Amino acid sequence: MNNNDNNNVYEDIPAEKFVFAKRPDDVIYDKKLNTKPVGYFRDAWRRFKKNRSSVVAAVIIIILFLFALIVPFVSHYDVKFRDGYYKLVPPKYEPLAFLGLDGCRIHTEGQAGYDYYKSIGAELGESSMKELRNVTSDELTGNPVYTFKVDEYEKVGFVYVDLSEKEYTKLQKYQNRSGIQVIYPIPENYMTTFLAVSGANLWYELADNTPSTTGMAKEHDENGEPVFTPAYKTSKKEVYAKYESLKLSSDTGGENGDEWYVYAIKNQSGYRVRVLYKEYYMYMNGFYVEHIFGTNQDGQDLFACMAVGARVSFLISLSVVIFILPFGLFYGSIEGYYGGAVDLLLERISDIVASVPLIVVAALFNMHLLKIIGPIFTLWLTFVIADWVGIASNVRTQFYRFKGQEYILAARTLGASDRRLIFRHILPNSLGTIITGTILIIPGIISSEIILSYLGIVSFQTSDVVSMGTLLSQGESYLSTYPHMLLFPAIFIALLEIAFNLFGNGLRDAFNPSLRGSEE
Amino acid sequence: MRMFKYVIKRLLLMIMTFFIITTICFVLIKLLPLPAVKEMGRDVNLILSRREAMGYNKPILVQYFLFWKNILLYGDFGLGEQMYAGQEISQIMLQKIPYTVVVNLYSIMIAIPLGIVFGIYAALKKNKWQDHFISTAVMLFISVPSFVYAFLVQYLLCFRTGWFSLTVASRETTPFFSFEMFSSMFPAIVSLGFGTVAAITRFTRAELAEVLSGEYLLLARTKGLTRRQAIVRHAMRNAMVPILPIILGEFIGILSGSLIIEKIFSIPGIGSLYLTSIGLRDYNFFMALTMFYTLIGLVGGLVVDLSYGFIDPRIKMGER
Repeated sequence: MNNNDNNNVYEDIPAEKFVFAKRPDDVIYDKKLNTKPVGYFRDAWRRFKKNRSSVVAAVIIIILFLFALIVPFVSHYDVKFRDGYYKLVPPKYEPLAFLGLDGCRIHTEGQAGYDYYKSIGAELGESSMKELRNVTSDELTGNPVYTFKVDEYEKVGFVYVDLSEKEYTKLQKYQNRSGIQVIYPIPENYMTTFLAVSGANLWYELADNTPSTTGMAKEHDENGEPVFTPAYKTSKKEVYAKYESLKLSSDTGGENGDEWYVYAIKNQSGYRVRVLYKEYYMYMNGFYVEHIFGTNQDGQDLFACMAVGARVSFLISLSVVIFILPFGLFYGSIEGYYGGAVDLLLERISDIVASVPLIVVAALFNMHLLKIIGPIFTLWLTFVIADWVGIASNVRTQFYRFKGQEYILAARTLGASDRRLIFRHILPNSLGTIITGTILIIPGIISSEIILSYLGIVSFQTSDVVSMGTLLSQGESYLSTYPHMLLFPAIFIALLEIAFNLFGNGLRDAFNPSLRGSEE
Repeated sequence: MRMFKYVIKRLLLMIMTFFIITTICFVLIKLLPLPAVKEMGRDVNLILSRREAMGYNKPILVQYFLFWKNILLYGDFGLGEQMYAGQEISQIMLQKIPYTVVVNLYSIMIAIPLGIVFGIYAALKKNKWQDHFISTAVMLFISVPSFVYAFLVQYLLCFRTGWFSLTVASRETTPFFSFEMFSSMFPAIVSLGFGTVAAITRFTRAELAEVLSGEYLLLARTKGLTRRQAIVRHAMRNAMVPILPIILGEFIGILSGSLIIEKIFSIPGIGSLYLTSIGLRDYNFFMALTMFYTLIGLVGGLVVDLSYGFIDPRIKMGER
């Protein structure tokens, strides 16, 4: 600049000297703006709303998020809940039974299996066998082969439990109060340990009474349907062991009044009784069994496990992003704004960090820190280390893009400080792109988290929380026989990733003012 | 000359990055307590003497020096301790790499032509229903993580229909490039392919669609070329320029393969080896494989970057 000499002329001009230039007959002819000015975010929101698929995606993300947030509070189950009798049961939810959530599995059995599944619940006028698909005969023997649906929940049927005197009395009181029968008469063969089937369900006369019985009924009618004749243990006394509660209606003492059913066997520790497990479950837990997504091999409820897993995913990804965003902003803006040697040095560092494969970071953290800080925090730290680079380089690019533009030069000419240029002029303009980039990191973190825990690189084995990856690796071992274990986590992940991708694309378009009006 | 200088500069930077990462990794591993050799069977003495030779009871700096000396002079990464006890790590790695390479090679050999064809078709039918269909499918396959459809493929092809076996044929009995090997790897190949096909389709479509709207294409048509001639001779060539580096990147990536696909389909490749070494805490294997994976990543990135300059004369490298 060659007017250095008369710089002082333009300095310290008092404010009152600035007045509007006014010509004598001043009339303003251009129109006053009547519309409201539209800000950057308002404009973006307007464009985002028009993109129907990303709005749907946003709604899906919110639903999945609420699922993770709310389900652990309202569900009866948690990760610690395990039930030995309802292991690997398929999903069941009455309102959605038409979608296949009926808790049933297809069985193909001979006569014995057919009799056995049909008998379960027959005392109550029900049956665990729900729907007979077809009957064929075996090629070699000519015996019938039945294909039928079994309700895996009803299949549990009856079990023996040993109760102390106090618990036994309490259960009877519960029966009397609620009118629901839990304790049922004990079969004759209660002493036998059966090998193939559950002894508590063998209440009828069997064709074969040895421990290796397969549950074939003694008699069949002309259609091959089993005829169930009760084979309860009876006693001459009306009450064999102390029992003062609900009884079966058929329990009338027999013809001579000396064949009363036995409801409990007294032993050293208390009483052995035969209970209808679904009602006993209600009595013990206060709710009926309901596994919307089924259970795994430990009898954990997958619905609750998935919600907890989703919670872990959201917790890790969101907290990582919240933590690295300010750091990435700071780092990237310094790189981008100052450029030169500073940029070169900082770029080297972030280049090195970006070149380390994620799995290496995770494995090293796992070896060093897992026992000290637990799996969630290990994963968190892994992603913090690995993912800040992405945000920083995004910010850096944005700064390079805006740094040379005329309005920045103008602001600098007017004397704006570095801080003012960064925070007032560059950041607000690049914020949209940065936000989009940051949000698109979230699905990446979630899928990496799932992969790392699935591969066992960060192990959740010993902790009380589960990750989606743990559920996947459990489901993988049962994929051939119990695909439901893998199905729901897989659907969840797929849905979440698709939704995030669509949402991110919509957001990117929304924050891109050059697309303004291109849809119309 | 400028190009040469740029390549050398990038190479040196890459080596420096590799060196720093390896050093950090080495130190972090040496900070961990050394696993006892007690339960390693008959090779205890061998491992103990090797540990002695590698300076395990000397300061870290000496160990580090010996570590590099062994690698650079003899290509020796040490012995397996927890797994393949007493065997040379470099030998085991050389045995495992072919499985990974073959699976991935098959997969990209199928995926690249498919991806390019779909991409071209979508670009030519831009904004028609065919394009929308392909774009939606691409969006789905890119968003959904590969393991989700790997499980689906496994369930459908291996369990439900039983068409394909669950295990990969052994290299001792079946040659790598035979139909038996291919069919035993088929589920893995398909699962690996989905993502690649989707990525290449998307890229090809975007590039070709942009080229097709170029003015020189209009000029070519004005000159009297048919649409087909104009597309094949002018549009395709130009569209391929940015696609080739992507394909090159895929080819380098086949060395490292996919850990998760190897785990799901139990392919005895380098990825499975790495996972086992992490699970069993075999530090020698872990160190060697970490170096391998880091190097593949670095080289892949570098080659892709440089190839842009070699393939496209418009890009001048080394200029700021």
